[in-house]
Amino acid sequence: MKIGVLALQGAFREHCLMLDGCGTTAVEIRKPEELDEVAGLVIPGGESTTIGKLMVEWGLMDKIKARVAQGMAVYGTCAGMILLAKEIIDSNQPRLGLMDIVVRRNAFGRQRESFEADMAVPEFGAEPLKAVFIRAPYIEQASQNVNVMARVHDKIVIARQDKMLVTAFHPELTKNDVIHKYFISMIKE
Amino acid sequence: MQQGTFRVKAGLAEMLKGGVIMDVTTPEQAKIAEEAGACAVMALERVPADIRAAGGVARMADPTIILRIMDAVTIPVMAKGRIGHFVEAQIIESLGVDYIDESEVLTPADDKYHIDKHQFKVPFVCGAKNLGEALRRIGEGAAMIRTKGEPGTGNVVEAVKHIRMVMSEIRQLQSLTNEEVFTFAKNIAAPLELVMEVKRLGRLPVVNFAAGGIATPADAALMMHLGCDGIFVGSGVFKSGDPVRRAKAIVSATTYYNDPKILAEVSRDLGEAMVGIDISTIADHERMQDRGW
Repeated sequence: MKIGVLALQGAFREHCLMLDGCGTTAVEIRKPEELDEVAGLVIPGGESTTIGKLMVEWGLMDKIKARVAQGMAVYGTCAGMILLAKEIIDSNQPRLGLMDIVVRRNAFGRQRESFEADMAVPEFGAEPLKAVFIRAPYIEQASQNVNVMARVHDKIVIARQDKMLVTAFHPELTKNDVIHKYFISMIKE
Repeated sequence: MQQGTFRVKAGLAEMLKGGVIMDVTTPEQAKIAEEAGACAVMALERVPADIRAAGGVARMADPTIILRIMDAVTIPVMAKGRIGHFVEAQIIESLGVDYIDESEVLTPADDKYHIDKHQFKVPFVCGAKNLGEALRRIGEGAAMIRTKGEPGTGNVVEAVKHIRMVMSEIRQLQSLTNEEVFTFAKNIAAPLELVMEVKRLGRLPVVNFAAGGIATPADAALMMHLGCDGIFVGSGVFKSGDPVRRAKAIVSATTYYNDPKILAEVSRDLGEAMVGIDISTIADHERMQDRGW
């Protein structure tokens, strides 16, 4: 199975390595037509304003929306979560706006406040998940149709709506591939 | 919950990859950089070209300048402190800056020692001309490396020399047997464990950006081809004729470095590039790349 990783800016290399390690084939996506051959798309961490502007300028914004409407699964980490949110507090930056969530950017603080924490997520088994939060956002509000899967410090950091999954943190910076495997199972549903 | 771990420090650099970090001296310039798609800005009192022209001792920027730039943008903000000047670094950390550049662009404050960067919660980026220098800085706690190039010249040749040197040394290292690695580490004056790690990974253990002389979209794409993870543009944007267009063009060129058609498109009608300096006309004692130990 081919899974795209949006490779405009950010930590796309780490997602590719993780997906390849899970037995799928990662494909770097920089042009709209490259989306035609993939069953799912990962939008990596990076700078959401940079990625959003490049998506608009190089024609990826509309194409991704069209592919998601056709049933392509999407997983957004950190910046990817911001880009998938309908509402971004205090920002009018370009976005896909596909998920019924309200997101706050740099919500835990600046780099000084970035942190790692162990997190229990029932859906992903008994073993706690090591989560790395870097200038991370969180979900301030989620609609009824959004499945809230985990919180840290009482803030929503994993959520799913239909075939869209978001995490505020970076599993690709650890060795734990449980979330990538979950995303692959979502694609197959 | 743990803060200031090496994973968190190096992790921010991972998020900056494939992006462009731009030198800015005012909140207005910072907003232009953010609008153009910069993934971070470097808050400075003067860009390297002006530091070079002014001469004298170059120091950390006034905290007011850094704070005003932090207020103006939502992207990460970096700031420079002098080599070895750990008090400047403490001051910058206390402001809440996201990355500190222990930089040869400023006049060194210590002629023998760099800062013990492990003592800080905020991550550091440092310049390097070769593998040994890069690994010494990482050993001291740097979570990100950049080529030194020759700052403020608009001439990419030194940055090319430095990334080619690092990549060539990594390839050489990978061909060595273990007993040869011990002597290799001694010869490049780098910590053995880090040399072993580079041999295993086939790359530096942290992100490595290009810096020092990048002035055009083609320069940025060249550095990405040679193995850099992203681009610092110092004087190249705001010393050019049309900073907005040039900044946007360099951002696109860094993403699409492998596509000459797109590079041609974004390189059109950019106005005057910054005036460049031939490296051979710079006296030895004025070469910033020779600062650092």
